[in-house]
Amino acid sequence: MKPLLEMRSITKTFPGVKALNAVNLTVMEGEIHALVGENGAGKSTLMKVLSGVYPSGSYEGEIHYDGSVAAFSGIRESESVGIIIIHQELALVPLLSIAENLFIGNERASRGVVDWHETFQRTEALLKKVGLSESPGTLVDRIGVGKQQLVEIAKALSKDVRLLILDEPTSALSEKDSQALLDLLLELKAQGVTSIIISHKLNEVRSIADRVTVIRDGATISTLDARSDEITEDRIIRDMVGRDMAQRFPERESHPGDMLLEVRHWNVWHPEHSERQVIRDANLNVRAGEVVGIAGLMGAGRTELAMSIFGRSYGRRISGEVLIDGLPADVSTVDRSIAAGLAYVTEDRKHLGLVLDETIQRNITLANLPEVASFGVISEAQEINVAEGYRKAINIRTPGVFQKVGNLSGGNQQKVVLSKWLFANPKVLILDEPTRGIDVGAKYEIYGIINKLVADGKGVLMISSELPELLGMCDRIYVMNEGALVGELTAAEASQERIMSFIVRS
Amino acid sequence: MASEPAETPIAQQGRSAGQYLAGHLRDYGMVLALIAIMAFFQVMTDGTLLRPVNITNLFLQNSYIIIMALGMLLVIVAGHIDLSVGSVVGFVGALAAVMMVNWDWSIYLTIPCCLLVGILIGAAQGYWIAYWRIPSFIVTLAGMLVFRGASLWLLAGQSVGPFPRQFQALSTGFIPDMLPFVKTMLGVERMNGFAVVTGLVIAGLIVWLGLRARNRNRAYGMSAEPMSFFIMRNLLVAGAIVFVSYKLATFRGLPNVLITMGVLTIIYAFITESTVLGRRIYALGGNEKAAKLSGIRTERLTFLTFVNMGMLAALAGLIFAARLNTATPKAGVSFELDVIAAVFIGGASMSGGVGKIVGAVVGAFIMGVMNNGMSIMGIGIDYQQVIKGLVLLAAVIFDVYNKNKQS
Repeated sequence: MKPLLEMRSITKTFPGVKALNAVNLTVMEGEIHALVGENGAGKSTLMKVLSGVYPSGSYEGEIHYDGSVAAFSGIRESESVGIIIIHQELALVPLLSIAENLFIGNERASRGVVDWHETFQRTEALLKKVGLSESPGTLVDRIGVGKQQLVEIAKALSKDVRLLILDEPTSALSEKDSQALLDLLLELKAQGVTSIIISHKLNEVRSIADRVTVIRDGATISTLDARSDEITEDRIIRDMVGRDMAQRFPERESHPGDMLLEVRHWNVWHPEHSERQVIRDANLNVRAGEVVGIAGLMGAGRTELAMSIFGRSYGRRISGEVLIDGLPADVSTVDRSIAAGLAYVTEDRKHLGLVLDETIQRNITLANLPEVASFGVISEAQEINVAEGYRKAINIRTPGVFQKVGNLSGGNQQKVVLSKWLFANPKVLILDEPTRGIDVGAKYEIYGIINKLVADGKGVLMISSELPELLGMCDRIYVMNEGALVGELTAAEASQERIMSFIVRS
Repeated sequence: MASEPAETPIAQQGRSAGQYLAGHLRDYGMVLALIAIMAFFQVMTDGTLLRPVNITNLFLQNSYIIIMALGMLLVIVAGHIDLSVGSVVGFVGALAAVMMVNWDWSIYLTIPCCLLVGILIGAAQGYWIAYWRIPSFIVTLAGMLVFRGASLWLLAGQSVGPFPRQFQALSTGFIPDMLPFVKTMLGVERMNGFAVVTGLVIAGLIVWLGLRARNRNRAYGMSAEPMSFFIMRNLLVAGAIVFVSYKLATFRGLPNVLITMGVLTIIYAFITESTVLGRRIYALGGNEKAAKLSGIRTERLTFLTFVNMGMLAALAGLIFAARLNTATPKAGVSFELDVIAAVFIGGASMSGGVGKIVGAVVGAFIMGVMNNGMSIMGIGIDYQQVIKGLVLLAAVIFDVYNKNKQS
């Protein structure tokens, strides 16, 4: 068996970050190769290098494909030699038919006029190949996610795929659909199609992969072979998380006090796909003086849980109970949630947290304007005092509070969002990825602010995808997977391996 | 861990007025454009533009556009648009005519009823926009057709008028000289003392408020404009006000409608700049999702901006009918375009969150002075339209260009 693809010491640098550091990946002709690693390990970046999303020249290293050096300048070029990537978020147009979707950008047409006869005929043949019995004219939004995934694969087949890359193909699928998809991959393999599958589900990886490459922190850690029996879940988990605790966390003594927030039997359904339950019977609590973490992979439902609690800002058919200070609290709208003592610091500060065109001062007071106003008239002097106070207290590095927040660095922006919610004077703060996209120094400062908050008797519920951060900061950690809280660990019990094993085995 | 450098201040202190102006072209550009346009027409019309009678006319002609621009600014800042205002002007004018002429209602009943109808129209449109998330463009386009049709129906295709004198005074009345001694004191024959004194008081007030704001800004380390620039700007504004009030005084005094317009402008400027309500509208337009997650009831706020727009459109409809002294089915046609143009010329952003009341008023005056000046010069309506269109485009391009240069 000869290699179809060899990626040799690929290094990709973004401003300030080395996303990939001399990564090697070899994929044999006709095999199913699994690529595993934590969020942010570099899997998607590597696949973007391969498919030409990051064009040749924007990275270092060599790609050998089918015996010759490949230098793709775009997706079209990589597709022309049979490398097809199917992303986690499917790239189908919901209101077009299956047939139209299959040949989008590749229309069966002569002189600009679509040949519908050929389009439909070829669609039928392709659908048969992937085992889908829908009519080619069916609109894509009328079929489920599992079938949509198969349409994506049919689309790949229409382009004469040789190397098929699937990014988390089963993350949104039911057990049955997942199995069908895996069976299809094995069938394609029999027909000579090589696949790379990115997955967090280790049982799937074990059942279909011929070889597994583990990536961690932008570097290849190991490549395991199924034939030599190396692939065990424990081994993969160890390779995935086995990193030194490089980050530092300010010290804090833990003194949990009274129960501040309790969420009971929380159920949430997807706002658009009404049959999909996003949160399943979640129960959690936060005490005064406690930092509680929620660990989980992307798409586990952590943000959805937080936003659905905070004024029902996400989801439909929400049921369950929220207690604050032991009493049932009305959190049915955002302003009531704030009044009840909740604050939600979003993971997406640019789109959900800040008004970028406005000044620091105006952003900080936004969630609690009445505090700086009397009879509806804002006292600008009072407002400036408040903003200046936070600027100094939590070290927002600007000369004044009249800068537009759109011009600030990520760390400073995050501090403005935090200030906004501190000024709303909550009892419990839900921090969603509070250190995403900010540098190490600012991270350390934010950890300090969190510690000060809990020292003042507030409760913090912290969502983070960085396990070391959770382990370094939290008194307790909930583990979330596929919309359910699947485990709870105290700081003493928690380790990266234990959290990861809760996730991959649930 | 001081790994992050302090952000550089955007505006440095202590520069000359010229440099300051270059840096803030975007803020003052439209005022300068207005001055340039006025100077141009003053020359081209051999001084007719700034004659007392023409200044009075300028206010009478543009009052309803400016009044609607106040509401439209809020709508546009909130991230929406209202195309129906021209038709609402026509409809409310027609309604007022029917009430007063056909049904013999008193103006004290007619005016509140018409304003209420305007509020209801705004509420009806705002409901779909705010709570059903139907694009405002569609809802108000529908409203534009509906109320144009409704006014045709109300008037049965005829013109209805004339109106009682009291009603006409809404638009064409003047404040009588309440301070006749000023005239005798100054020994002038024909002059409205009240108008002059009012002008002086307002000019003084503006300078005083400006000084106060300047001191406060300095106290909080906000980059203040250079003193020379401050003096120049205030001399210009105060001078213009005194000049205009003097000119008006030598004709018939202050038009009622100027007072209405002035008071409303001050109220809306205050609301947008200093109240919780105003601040929330800017946040809503700047980032609706962030505003919502900050506890702002964005739906209700959107609804209210349309209710307010409906009320102001009704007021403009009454004033316009009073000015023509008759209600016609064609009244208010394409007013929405002048109003929207005024707001955008005044620096508001199509995507919401940006715009000032003063800007919208200046924008309306730019359009108004151009209309007036070109009419005096006898330029045909064909060229007028072309020129106005190009000015709107140029103003917005200028704004976008400056914004790009800044960032």
